[in-house]
Amino acid sequence: MTTTSRVAQTAPPAGRKNPTSAAGTVRSKSRIDPTYYWMVVPVLALFAFFITLPALVGVFFSLTNYAGYGDWKFIGLMNYVNIFKDPAVLQSYVFTFMFALTTTVVVNVVALAIALGLNAKIKWRTGIRTVFFIPMVLSALIVSFVFNYLFSNTLPVLAERFGVTPLATSILANENLAWLAIVLVTVWQAAPGATIIYLAGLQSVPSEVYEAADLDGAGSFRQFISLTLPLILGYLVINVILGFKGFLGTYEIIVGLTGGGPGMATQSVAMRIFSGFTGGDYSYQMANAVIYFLITLLISVIQLRLIQRRGVSL
Amino acid sequence: MTASTFAAPKAAEAKAPAAKNRRSNREGFKINWWLTALVLAASLTVLLPLYFTVAMALKSPDQIGTGTGLAWPNPMNWENFAAAYVATNFPRAFMSTAFVTVLSVLGSLASSSLVAYAIARNWNHRFFRGSFVYLLSAMFIPFPVIILPLIKQTALLGLDNPAGVVFLHVLGGISFNTLLYIAFVRSIPVELEESARMDGATTWQVFRKIIFPLLAPMNATVGIFAFLGSWNDFLLPQMLIADPALQTLPVVQMLFQGEFNTNYSLAFASYLMAMAPTLVVYILAQRWVLSGVMRGAVK
Repeated sequence: MTTTSRVAQTAPPAGRKNPTSAAGTVRSKSRIDPTYYWMVVPVLALFAFFITLPALVGVFFSLTNYAGYGDWKFIGLMNYVNIFKDPAVLQSYVFTFMFALTTTVVVNVVALAIALGLNAKIKWRTGIRTVFFIPMVLSALIVSFVFNYLFSNTLPVLAERFGVTPLATSILANENLAWLAIVLVTVWQAAPGATIIYLAGLQSVPSEVYEAADLDGAGSFRQFISLTLPLILGYLVINVILGFKGFLGTYEIIVGLTGGGPGMATQSVAMRIFSGFTGGDYSYQMANAVIYFLITLLISVIQLRLIQRRGVSL
Repeated sequence: MTASTFAAPKAAEAKAPAAKNRRSNREGFKINWWLTALVLAASLTVLLPLYFTVAMALKSPDQIGTGTGLAWPNPMNWENFAAAYVATNFPRAFMSTAFVTVLSVLGSLASSSLVAYAIARNWNHRFFRGSFVYLLSAMFIPFPVIILPLIKQTALLGLDNPAGVVFLHVLGGISFNTLLYIAFVRSIPVELEESARMDGATTWQVFRKIIFPLLAPMNATVGIFAFLGSWNDFLLPQMLIADPALQTLPVVQMLFQGEFNTNYSLAFASYLMAMAPTLVVYILAQRWVLSGVMRGAVK
């Protein structure tokens, strides 16, 4: 007992020396301190049970006609076939993609602008920075409730006062404008996170680069286009992809603003899927979830490709 | 207030720009006042909704009337907070949220640091490398995909309560947190542990006495993310917690969304009380929070 534990103590460095040889792997396998297994295995077991198992159960039921209760039988890929014929689901995908695309663009433009501002030679930098990052610590749902009132009461009253008639009714009740309100609140909420990544990027650019550009007589706009942007491109890629993936799953802000309405104009894919729990079309929405998963997986693969090529670590 | 915080930045991440700034000031570079004004104006987009929330929370229903809601109330109506306190059963919702948050933070810190330590120190071993890849797979599974089966599963196990939410907050964040920790553990030289092991310390003791304290900066980062994520989460508590009496603060705010509810002053007082804890923590510890989040962003 004592000898084995003493051997185990020397295992990590010994194993490190020959990480590739098969003999080394076998040797280190027999010498590893069992404590290390105790550190990992319980977490792995819980993870498998709470994350992997539901995913598999979901895929399984997507092949059945289970309504969430009672009997069920296999119906093959019928749910998947039906989804592609369902205008409500297709509409939610169109809305979600349009929303995610718009929000990604706006968030990144806004975040980059804020990051540039905070990185420049401004007064009270720390105080201003504190203010800009406040939205990050607030609940998205409650923020949406606050904006809900602003959009449906404050804005119409102001619009009437200044004679802007198109805005005199709540934009949340307008089928064509409601999604813009959701974009706006999402930008408000998500911009600080992206700003932090851009700030990290901007601070990684050595100041000598700018000094050299100054000597060459490059103006600040030229410096931004030719120097800053190429140098922080990796951070931009990360922000765009992480943002896009996140915005595809948007839920809370829509709940707080429109609840998916008016009609179904702002119903996201996530909201559709969640409706499967109360709507009696459990297996159908599971098939929807699997399709959603495959789409996000595709985006993740693209993400990894891009990041590998750019040599950015995340 | 802002000038004094600017004068003494302590956070590691604030050091570099501050030093640069001081130097450039001495070299005669001027502060860009135009840009300062522009950035200040932009910061109103954040401050205005907050001001509005506070103003609304202090109004009586009469003062709200049909106005814009932007005017500052006179007199201020502090009773709204007491009324909201009772209407939402604030202490119970607060305790429930605090329970979920504290356990999620502790659980995230303990589980992901242990897993990261074990994986980083046995990287050449197939089992540990495989575990790492397996845990990372969760980053590719969005929550909407597993939520429906998960609700049934937690209900079957009797975990349709705040405890169940804790499990999922910890496990849902474990991929990202482990990723953060592993990079950090690798930067800790193994020699530090070896001398302790010579003296007969077990792996547990090495972790507890040497590694975990050294992980402090990452603990702050992981802790902040876990705290914010848990406190503000709406999706999981709403979906998992069956008993309305055990609901968390964000979910409780749904109370004011009924068709016939027009008591906005009450609602805004309640929103403010739900937002206050994270806001206060952030304002008090902002250098800490920002440097912690920054560390997470760079990784």
